[in-house]
Amino acid sequence: MARIIPIGPYHPLQEEPEFFQLHVEGERVVDLDITIGYNHRGIEKLAESKSWDQVIFLVERVCGICSTSHPMASVNAMEDLGNIEVPERALYIRSIICELERIHSHLLWVGLAGHFLGYNTVWMWAWRYREPVLDIFERITGNRQHYAMMKVGGVRQDIKDEDIPWIMRTVQDLVPIVDMFKGAFMDDPVLHARLKGVGVLTKKDIHDYGALGPTARASGVPIDVRRDEPYAAYDRVDWDVITREEGDVFAKAVVRILELYESIKIIKQCLRKMPKGEIDAKVKELPPGEGIGRAEAPRGEVYHYIRSDGANFPVRYKIRAPSYMNVPTNKTAVIGETISDATIILAAVDPCYCCTERVAVLDKRTDERIMNGQDLIRLSQEKTEKIRKKLWGAKSA
Amino acid sequence: MNLKLKALTKSPWVFHLSTGSCNNCDIEILDVLTPRFDVERFGILLVGSVRHADVLLVTGIVTRKASPRVKRLYEQAPKPCVVVAIGTCSLGQGIFKGSYNAPIPVDELIPVDIYIPGCPPKPEAIILGIVKLLNILKEKAKKK
Amino acid sequence: MKKEKAIQKLKEKFADKIVNWKDRSADRIYVDIRPNDIPEMSKYLFKDLKARFVTASGVDMPKAIEIIYHFSFDRGSLIISLRTTIAKPELEIESITPSIKGAEWIEREIWELLGVNFKNHPNLKRLLMAEDWPEGAYPLRRE
Repeated sequence: MARIIPIGPYHPLQEEPEFFQLHVEGERVVDLDITIGYNHRGIEKLAESKSWDQVIFLVERVCGICSTSHPMASVNAMEDLGNIEVPERALYIRSIICELERIHSHLLWVGLAGHFLGYNTVWMWAWRYREPVLDIFERITGNRQHYAMMKVGGVRQDIKDEDIPWIMRTVQDLVPIVDMFKGAFMDDPVLHARLKGVGVLTKKDIHDYGALGPTARASGVPIDVRRDEPYAAYDRVDWDVITREEGDVFAKAVVRILELYESIKIIKQCLRKMPKGEIDAKVKELPPGEGIGRAEAPRGEVYHYIRSDGANFPVRYKIRAPSYMNVPTNKTAVIGETISDATIILAAVDPCYCCTERVAVLDKRTDERIMNGQDLIRLSQEKTEKIRKKLWGAKSA
Repeated sequence: MNLKLKALTKSPWVFHLSTGSCNNCDIEILDVLTPRFDVERFGILLVGSVRHADVLLVTGIVTRKASPRVKRLYEQAPKPCVVVAIGTCSLGQGIFKGSYNAPIPVDELIPVDIYIPGCPPKPEAIILGIVKLLNILKEKAKKK
Repeated sequence: MKKEKAIQKLKEKFADKIVNWKDRSADRIYVDIRPNDIPEMSKYLFKDLKARFVTASGVDMPKAIEIIYHFSFDRGSLIISLRTTIAKPELEIESITPSIKGAEWIEREIWELLGVNFKNHPNLKRLLMAEDWPEGAYPLRRE
């Protein structure tokens, strides 16, 4: 049995709460502690002192990557509350923005996964091909991230006719890129050996934890707000909900990669079908009552519950992000697995990047901190290399 | 001190620290390392330990849980250490000002040398900020 | 299960426990019940009707704290929200985490941000707030 040699910087007297604490016996993870709150910014309380318009800018900043999903759920909630109808053109624009976000987010994940597995070229290429998507955002909205597109009753910016051919071309040019990633993941026997059967979640696990998004769909649970409670223009275009049955890390990666094709399909149809017309219902106020709004973020369902007493600011604003339900599934997914697989399992539910950074490994018997996140990433990369050598006897790319 | 500043302007090693943020600035910082922007050609290297850092890149509003970590990491960084605050949140907490979980912003906890505003600042803005910083340091080194 | 059938079964099984039933729209139902009935109705929705547990939300009111437990029937596009009011100052309710694993975090959050005690919660400790956050200070309360 190999003894773990502590490498890399570690601070035995460090007291800060790591996001993930893995307790290990030898090579096996036997327990997992999850500590959150590092990013807790008191947004629900802040929302109570913001106007309905300002709240949308606030919730956009819950997460940088799922940036538009929260405003999407937010305006859905307000439109539920006020029974507000949104002009047709605005619905299409909403879907375009949301799907562009899904593309950039999934590409970001592919890049990170590549990094954790030791495929640094995948990382560079995935993040490089995010750039044209961010360029489209900048052209339409003025910003690469935090687009401020959603408002109650419509959208804030229109898509100019003269931009549509360029957007269509840029999105279409992503198809061969996705083909490349699909080949890199799905046809690579090293990744098959590395990721199949790793970090499995069953249908029952998904139900027990209330897990969402690609995490759920990779275990054969076909939930997707875009299909279950269609918003924006999702019921006006053709697309498929992507699922897999195995529930392992490989399946989660495949679901995200195949969803990229669906997003491209949706954007192209929206650009073609989008009618001319108003983009804003010009809502002046919201009535008293309560509203629930949902959106399918790249990570799963975003859920907003709001309460109004007719005034210009919320009485209560409840936000539930998908990672809140997905991250706890790691207690089941990672226990019993090896530490070299820990990083990729934790990353498979696509939590905040910064959170996967803050990992600590403790020896179960001594409670001594023996490794940190950087060490775990290196172990993960080394395991891929070992498998590659076994299969091909070749050097890494 | 003189030699250190000189070395710093040749190949600054940067350590990235989020103090409680939406991660957008953090992603844009990483983006700066990707092929399109590629700051490694300037000699800028992201390091995994604050003990090797010349420059601290800080994002976020400083939540209560993050606060002791920020202080500790700043103390562990070898001096002189230059602190760069990136993004509106690290400038004055932005839209989160007044939150019960973030009593003070970054520059009331540790000294900040340069501020790069934006939500998030574009990679070009981050690079411009760092280049300006390196020029300031070069001037300082020359004067000594 | 089709949502119409699920609604019918729910109404039948808990006929004497439902204080108020509001069909706010085709896909939004709000059901008012007493705190003591929350665990049984939640468990029935979750285990028997196979609804998905979405989240729980608490609201501070002058003499009580209201908690809403949100459940989803995904295929039928329906959110059923169970609303209950817990009187101050004895803010206590039975935890649903023993039946629904996914409720663990949100009950901890409501406990620390609003001050409701969840009896028999397997892991009732702080989730979001730092160790040095003062006891008895509940950020989401209005005072």
